[in-house]
Amino acid sequence: MAKMSLEDLRKMREATQQQIKKRETDGKTAQIIVGMGTCGIAAGAKATLDAFVKELDEKGMGGEVVIRQTGCMGLCNNEPTVEVVVPGMPSIIYGGVNAAVAKGIVEKHLMKKELLNDRIIDRPAVDLLKK
Amino acid sequence: MAYTHYILVCGGTGCESSNADGIYNNLLAEAKAAGVTDKVQIVKTGCFGFCEKGPIVKVLPEDSFYVEVKPEDAKEIINEQIVKGREVTRLLYNKEKRSIEDVEEIEFYQKQLRIVLRNCGVINPESIEEYIARDGYLALERSLYELTPQQIIDEVKASGLRGRGGAGFPTGMKWEAGLKAQGDVKYVVCNADEGDPGAYMDRSTIEGDPHSVIEAMTICGKAIGAHLGFVYIRAEYPLAVDRLKIAMNQAREYGLLGKNILGSGFDFDIEIRLGAGAFVCGEETALLRSIEGKRGMPTPKPPFPAQSGLWGKPTIINNVETWANIPVILTKGPEWFTKIGTADSKGTKVFALTGKVKNSGLVEVPMGTTLREIVFEIGGGIKNGKKFKGVQTGGPSGGIITEEALDTPIDFGALTRLGSMMGSGGMIVMDEDDCVVDVSKFYMEFCVDESCGKCSPCRIGTRQIHAILDKISKGKGTMDDLEKMKEIGFAMQKSSLCALGQSAPNPTLSTIKKFEKEYIEHIVDHKCAAGKCKHLLQFIINDKCIGCGACARKCPATCISGEKKSKHVIDQTKCLKCGECFNTCKFGAIDKK
Repeated sequence: MAKMSLEDLRKMREATQQQIKKRETDGKTAQIIVGMGTCGIAAGAKATLDAFVKELDEKGMGGEVVIRQTGCMGLCNNEPTVEVVVPGMPSIIYGGVNAAVAKGIVEKHLMKKELLNDRIIDRPAVDLLKK
Repeated sequence: MAYTHYILVCGGTGCESSNADGIYNNLLAEAKAAGVTDKVQIVKTGCFGFCEKGPIVKVLPEDSFYVEVKPEDAKEIINEQIVKGREVTRLLYNKEKRSIEDVEEIEFYQKQLRIVLRNCGVINPESIEEYIARDGYLALERSLYELTPQQIIDEVKASGLRGRGGAGFPTGMKWEAGLKAQGDVKYVVCNADEGDPGAYMDRSTIEGDPHSVIEAMTICGKAIGAHLGFVYIRAEYPLAVDRLKIAMNQAREYGLLGKNILGSGFDFDIEIRLGAGAFVCGEETALLRSIEGKRGMPTPKPPFPAQSGLWGKPTIINNVETWANIPVILTKGPEWFTKIGTADSKGTKVFALTGKVKNSGLVEVPMGTTLREIVFEIGGGIKNGKKFKGVQTGGPSGGIITEEALDTPIDFGALTRLGSMMGSGGMIVMDEDDCVVDVSKFYMEFCVDESCGKCSPCRIGTRQIHAILDKISKGKGTMDDLEKMKEIGFAMQKSSLCALGQSAPNPTLSTIKKFEKEYIEHIVDHKCAAGKCKHLLQFIINDKCIGCGACARKCPATCISGEKKSKHVIDQTKCLKCGECFNTCKFGAIDKK
C-alpha cells in the first residue's frame, strides 16, 4: 500500500465501516431472528440467513440490524421461520422465508415499516416463562 | 461473499497466558476443516476486560459471550454455531438468562462506559484498516487540515481532560505550555511505564488499540510543533511492544506517520524506548532522564518538562490513557466529553479491579461512579461471602477507602479528600482476612525496593517505616511507634523530591487513620484478627481432636505429637505457624488464635 492522501483515507474508512459495524451490539435498532433448528436448516434456513446478510449489506444496513439465530420455534410446518423485532412495532413471526421473502422483509418491514401480511404466522403458544 | 459470522478471540496478555492462542489457531484449523472460512472471520482482538472469566470468545452476530474457553472447544464452536447455527450453551456466561427477545446484558458491563477501551475487544489491534473503520485517524485528519494548533489545544482544554497518570493535571494547559515554550526542537512522550502492583490498564490499552496512542501523539506533535515522539514502555510488556511496533509500521506505510503525513506537509515520527522496570521511571522527570540514557532519577520541578524536558527541550509527556482519550475528544467534540463525568473530572476512568472481588478485570466507568457500584455491582461483590474491609486505590501511592466512603462519587478531588488518590487506576479490594499492618508492610517494602535513593526523606524514610511495621507485625511494637510513623510520613510527604517519596507513606498513614484499633491490637494485645501476621498466631489443638494423626503427618516441623486415638499437642516452641495442620484437620480441632 502506497502512502495515502486525505482522500484515500476517507475512502478506506467508508469501505471498511460497514463490516466493522456488524461487530457492534450497541445502537442496533432491529433484530432478525432466524429459526435454525434441524427442521429450519433442512428447510433452507442457512440460505435464508445468508440472504439476510447479503441484502442488509447491499442496502448498507449492516450496522443497524442484529441477525441472530435461535432454535426451533415450534412451527416446523412453516419453516424457515423468522422473527422480526422492530422498535415501535409488534414482533412478527414470518413463515416460509426463502431468499426472496427475506429480501421483501428487508425492503418492506425494515425499511418502510410495512408488514408482509401473507407470510405472518401467530405465535404457537404464549411464553410460559414470561407469565 | 460477505462473512455471516465473526468470532472475536481475546488476545490480551491475561487470556493469552491461558492459551487464547491455542483457541485462535484451533478455530482457524476447524473452520478450514469444516469448509466455512468464507463465512466466518476469526479475529484476535484486545482485552475484553472480563479477565476473571478468561479466555473470552465472542461470536457475532448472536453476541454469544463465551467464557473460560479451552482450545478443544474450538471444534464445537465451529461445528455447532457456525455450521449448524446453535449456540454452545455450556460455554455461555449467562446460561439461564439467555432468551431470544433481548440481547442480554452481563452485569459486569452494565455500568461501564468505554471510551478509552472503545476498540478493545472489538477490533483486531494488528489491523490498521479496522481502526480506521472505527473512525480512526479522523481526529488526525481534522487536526492537520481543519484546525490550527491553538484550536486543537482549545478543544482539549474545553474538554476538561485531566492527566490519567495519577496527578490529574489539565492536559490542555500542559499542551498550551508546550506550544508557548520557545524552541525549534520539541518532543512528545508517552508514559507507558505502568508500575503499580496489580495495574494493567495501560498495557491493555496498547495491546488492544495501539493506533489510538499513535494518532494522539501525532496530533499533539502538530499542536505544539514537535516532530519526534517517544513511547517509554516496560520491557516486560512484550505483547504491547510488538503490537505497537506493528501499528507504527502500518501507519508509516500508509503515510499516517513519518514525512508529509496525509500530504499535509507535516512530519512526525515515533520511537520506542524500553524501560527496565523501575517504578521510579513512571515519574515523568525520571522517565525523561532514562530516555536520555541516564540513570532514571527524578529532578526537581520546576522547570516542568513542558518548558525543559528531554535534552532540555520543551516536552509534552502524557500517560497512555490520557492519549487514548484525545482522538475521541477531537472526533466527537469537547461538549460531548464534558457531559460525561463530574464537575471536577470529565470523562471516564479505567480501573484494574483486583483482589478479593468476584469479577476481577478491567473496568471503565464514567467519573462520578461510586466505589459501591464498582465493587459490588460491576465487581459482583466480595469472594466467598466474606466481609468487605476496604479498597486500596492508587497502589503504593494511594490509601485505603473504607465502608463509610463507598457511596462517594469517585473523581480526582473526592479521592484526595478521602486521603487516597486516583493514581493510575489500580484498585485492590480487601476483605476481613486482610490485615492492614500486613498490607501497609507490603506496600512499604515495595517502596523500599523502588526508591531510587537520590533524596534522603524517601531513601531513609521508607526503610524506617518498614522497620517499624515489621516490628509491629511481630508483636514487638510500642504505642510510640504509631506517632513515629506519622512523623516520618509527614516529613516524607513534605520534603521528598518526587511523587514516589511524597506518596509512599500514604498507605500506612491512611490505614493508621482508618484502622488505628487494629494497629493497637497488634501492639498491645499481640493479636492479628485477620490471621496474617504469623508471628502473632498460635495454633492450639482443642478437645475435638480424635487423634487421627493427619496433622502430625503434614507438619513440616514435626512438632505435633500424641498417641493414636488420643488428643495431640503442638510444641509451640518449634511451630512455624505455616497453618498446614489447620488446613488439614477435618474435625475443627485446631484453633487459630
